[in-house]
Amino acid sequence: MRVLVTGASGLLGGEVARLLVRQGHDVATFQRRPSGVDGATDFCGSVTDEEALRGAVEGAEGIIHLAAKVSFTGRAAEFDEVNVEGTRRLLQAARAAGVQDVVFVSSPSVANSGAAIAGLGAEPADPKRAHGDYSRTKAEAELLALAADAPGFQVAVVRPHIVWGPGDTQLVERVLARASRRRLPLLDAGAALIDTTYVDNAAAAIVAALHRMEHVHGRAVVVSNGEPRPVGELLAGICAAGGVPAPSWSVPGAVARAAGAVVEKLWTRAGRQEEPPMTRFLAEQLSNAHWFDQRETRELLNWTPAVSIDEGLARLADHYRSHSGAGARVYNRLPMSSNGASNI
Amino acid sequence: MVGADWPGVDPEWSREVEVVSTSGADAPGTVRRWHLLDNGAQLSRLGLTPAGTLLCVHGNPTWSYLWRTLLAAGSDPAHPWRVVAVDQLDMGYSERTGTFRRLADRINDLGDLTDAFGLDGNVVTVGHDWGGVISLGWALAHPQQLIGVVLTNTAVHQPAGSGIPPALRLALHPALHTWGTTTSDAFLRVTHSLAHPPLPADVRNAYMAPYRGADHRAGVGNFVADIPVDASHPSFSTLTSVAEGLRGLKVPALMLWGPRDPIFSDRYLKDLIGRLPHADVHRFEGAGHLVAEDRNITAPVFQWLAADVGGSQSDSPGAEHLTPGSQALADAAEPEPATFRPLWDQLGEQASGPAGGETAVAEMAPDGTLARSLSWQQLDRNILDLTAGLKEAGVRSGSRVSLMVPPGVDLTVALYACLRLGAVVVVADAGLGTKGLSRAVKGATPDFLIGIDKALAAASVLGWPGRRISVCDLPAARSRMLGVEASLEALARSGTGHGSGQVADTVDPDAAAAVLFTSGSTGPAKGVLYTHRQLAAMRDTVAATFGIRPGSRLVAGFAPFALLGPALGAVSVTPAMDVTAPRTLTAGALADAAAAIDATVVFASPAALRNVLATRDGLSAAGRKALEGVELLLSAGAPVPEPLLAEVQRLLPRASLHTPYGMTEALPVTDISLEQIQAADADAAAGAENPAGAVAGAGNGVCVGLPVHGARVAIVPLAADGTAPGSHPVTEPGVTGEILVSAPHVKEAYDRLWLTQQESAGLPGWHRTGDVGHFDAAGRLWVEGRLAHVVTAPGAVVTPVGAEQAIERLDSVRLAAITGVGPAGTQAVVAVVETLPPARKAGPAAPQLAGDVRRAAREAGVQVSAVLEVPAQPTDIRHNAKIDRTRLSRWASRVLAGGRPGKP
Repeated sequence: MRVLVTGASGLLGGEVARLLVRQGHDVATFQRRPSGVDGATDFCGSVTDEEALRGAVEGAEGIIHLAAKVSFTGRAAEFDEVNVEGTRRLLQAARAAGVQDVVFVSSPSVANSGAAIAGLGAEPADPKRAHGDYSRTKAEAELLALAADAPGFQVAVVRPHIVWGPGDTQLVERVLARASRRRLPLLDAGAALIDTTYVDNAAAAIVAALHRMEHVHGRAVVVSNGEPRPVGELLAGICAAGGVPAPSWSVPGAVARAAGAVVEKLWTRAGRQEEPPMTRFLAEQLSNAHWFDQRETRELLNWTPAVSIDEGLARLADHYRSHSGAGARVYNRLPMSSNGASNI
Repeated sequence: MVGADWPGVDPEWSREVEVVSTSGADAPGTVRRWHLLDNGAQLSRLGLTPAGTLLCVHGNPTWSYLWRTLLAAGSDPAHPWRVVAVDQLDMGYSERTGTFRRLADRINDLGDLTDAFGLDGNVVTVGHDWGGVISLGWALAHPQQLIGVVLTNTAVHQPAGSGIPPALRLALHPALHTWGTTTSDAFLRVTHSLAHPPLPADVRNAYMAPYRGADHRAGVGNFVADIPVDASHPSFSTLTSVAEGLRGLKVPALMLWGPRDPIFSDRYLKDLIGRLPHADVHRFEGAGHLVAEDRNITAPVFQWLAADVGGSQSDSPGAEHLTPGSQALADAAEPEPATFRPLWDQLGEQASGPAGGETAVAEMAPDGTLARSLSWQQLDRNILDLTAGLKEAGVRSGSRVSLMVPPGVDLTVALYACLRLGAVVVVADAGLGTKGLSRAVKGATPDFLIGIDKALAAASVLGWPGRRISVCDLPAARSRMLGVEASLEALARSGTGHGSGQVADTVDPDAAAAVLFTSGSTGPAKGVLYTHRQLAAMRDTVAATFGIRPGSRLVAGFAPFALLGPALGAVSVTPAMDVTAPRTLTAGALADAAAAIDATVVFASPAALRNVLATRDGLSAAGRKALEGVELLLSAGAPVPEPLLAEVQRLLPRASLHTPYGMTEALPVTDISLEQIQAADADAAAGAENPAGAVAGAGNGVCVGLPVHGARVAIVPLAADGTAPGSHPVTEPGVTGEILVSAPHVKEAYDRLWLTQQESAGLPGWHRTGDVGHFDAAGRLWVEGRLAHVVTAPGAVVTPVGAEQAIERLDSVRLAAITGVGPAGTQAVVAVVETLPPARKAGPAAPQLAGDVRRAAREAGVQVSAVLEVPAQPTDIRHNAKIDRTRLSRWASRVLAGGRPGKP
């Protein structure tokens, strides 16, 4: 089967493409820079470029769409252009090219209004209630994608929750960078129970969706490891794997959420490019429970996670031991935006 | 007006009826307009044939809206009943007549209405508040149609010796009455505010809707004014005739009660039970006046209709498994042949036998000497004297007598005297805490309260019911202040003159004998009712299982067993301790008591044993020697860890150590000795090493051994949702489920908890314990926790005890609790630990500890999501051992959602 993966230069997109190659599929990738996936054919371009898109979808039977603008900050219009309009253009091109199956990779934040989530399934995407431009535009794009589901053009949505693993710049390296500079507080003692997804598991679930289209098309599923953990413990595990001290100071969640909202606005207004010290989105992620009912997902996808959190952390530690012993220095490169997908 | 927005009401039910009035309040020929909610037309449209009609009458100041859930349930094809809920005249949406309608008018009005629309067939009346009286008035006037009555928070009579409730007195006060009930909507608002939890705004609005504007509220004021506060009131004779008429009512009756009611409190319920002694009664602890709003009354009403009333569908499927006497499961124990020996049988034999002059009961003083003792002859005589004295004071067969006397000589005499009289003893120990105790005593509504000074003082402050009897003679002023009518001492003196021939042993074996309260560690304490036959069976089971018989000499450090001593013919001594706090038993006090009677048997709770060990260094050589004479130790009430028992063994080297398992509803169920515990643990460990060669099912829980003499135990397997819905008890090894017990000494019923009783006895012949566990291949029972504490993780039903034991094997953990957060079926498992040394504040455990706990649980087959630590686990007051996992679950849900930890 010929499959096009967009956003394959990111952690998750690359893993999806590699898995498809290993499964013997004819894999093409589409992103702004080379994917680095052995055995895949790279198409370089942006989802804002219709011409480039038409070229990439040519001949594909299935598409896995991960390319998106992922950031805590940035101008709203950019998010709309990449995430909403980019998805609309991709769907159009795909339908025109006779593609049969599309997996849209989304995020549970499309249905998260900031309240705690304990054991819920995939609630409907809601652009009005989603917090931040990333979540809002992903929600709009997800609704577009699901509306496009039709006989002969099947669309499914997979929402992996907090994907991490070796090489992850979105969560792992942010955590390590902040922690190494002691800028990572625990909110409310770090008790909030959260789900995460080890990158291999997320990739396997996304590929499973492509193979199980007849069961999953027209709907959205949340994917996670199904091993919720208190956020403080998870961060400590990541820090331990990265060889930096675990966060040891705590601030009230309500204070952090309020401060984050203010900081976010100021940063955006000032046009600053470096990572703000706290954002409302991050504060919410760190202080509110968000873990999910995985029973239906696993049944629909006929998939279970192969890598446990403990095993994932062990792999992460191996990764940092084998790459550079230079400690914290590694974590200082912090890309502010990328078109590689991430799913926080 | 009709068809407005009334949440929960189907507009199809609302109808109006024109009725020719024959009531004295109206001129002949007057036609009155009634509004009712009636699902009759709906049933016809749906092609459903009702089993009968529920005629529902609201009180003041509500309206037919109160009964909306009954209407909805009546239209359910599973159990169709026609439900007619009326708005009384001048009330709800019925006509404002401009008349003053008295009770007699209102009863007649209701008859006019049912005549007018030709209500025929079987009728069950349903009433609330003053509507209860009116519904009963209708019931007494229509015996040919009546097949049952349902009453919710109502009254038919002002019990003697009590004033009308203060809240009502206020509403009736001339200065307030018109303003409070009619001019303003204060009476409505106050009534609506009695709901627990508060009514939603839309429901409150619906209740208020027909009473907006003073001209709509005349009926509310008149209703209050028609309450007959004394015999001079015009409605008094009508009320009295209803109240007296009730005594002849033989149809099934159901009383659903919210005890948090400032007006219709438990004493009115007691009065009604006295008039309808056959009634099924359920008190919803925590619910109030508007019980139909506070709790789901629909399910119990329809369950009761199916079980006890039947209507025209007496063979409906619901009735089958609830009807008493339906075919019992083959596994349930057959009733023992009726060789009934009353509980006090052995006592008389001892008194008249060769040992009659020897010590029967004794009490230790704190200095190690005997404080008091009675020989068998003295005990027997004192009991008979007091029996006569109590009878003179008005205690009758069936009277409820609350005993608030610490274990010892006085309690023993009072208890056996009451039992011989046929009175029902109510025993709730102070271990429930003041609030729990108060709730228990009020709910049981004793006629008499026999108490020590402290209990009588509490009774006066907290308003406990019952005529007061003190233990000792009190100074006159103190007696007056506490409202004490007599003392046990005085009653015994006056009884002495009557001789012992006065009391015949004619007690009905199947009459109620005792109400014992549960510990309240799993919700509000429940009263458990025992008959004389069941108490006697408890004695016989203890005798046969543990070999306690005449000649045995026991130290009673644990109340429930203490009272059985005389019944077993065994000498009993109460050690010097605060029996309400088992932790106060010292090694010295235990040894003194043992030395005083050369004890062969010791009863002590696990908490008491802990303190005995903690204080053993203070033991004298003589004390050690006395303890060396003990042959049997029984410790019950909470799980006793093996290491604790092993240490106790060193103190009692010759004793066989037993830890029976049971509950207030069935005491005991199984028994196990220290050696058997060690063997079971070895089997469990071997099974973990090599499952193939081991005893199947050994492990995952606390092994409680084999069923005691006369008891059968079985399991109803757990389903994926964490309930035990099946009806086929099994005994296969390794099958986890709810533990059932069947034995002659299982309780008769829960007291005034009809619904709870129905649930616990849902499988005929069995008592559902609410505990979960399994058998092993050697027939031993392993307890895994409470059914209510089962965690339903995705793909796994997790029972708590196995993982808790694994976690407690960590050196850093003293007490562990497993609980769940999140929706049923996809719960995340949470371990809450109390560490050594204890954490300073509650919150997530440090990663190191969390990792250790998670690994330990995983070895027991449980995947833990979060590990929280607490400075101290919340445990029950009585045993300081049973962890309140439900409370922990609520706390953990809050913390893990991202809230600030606070305290559990």
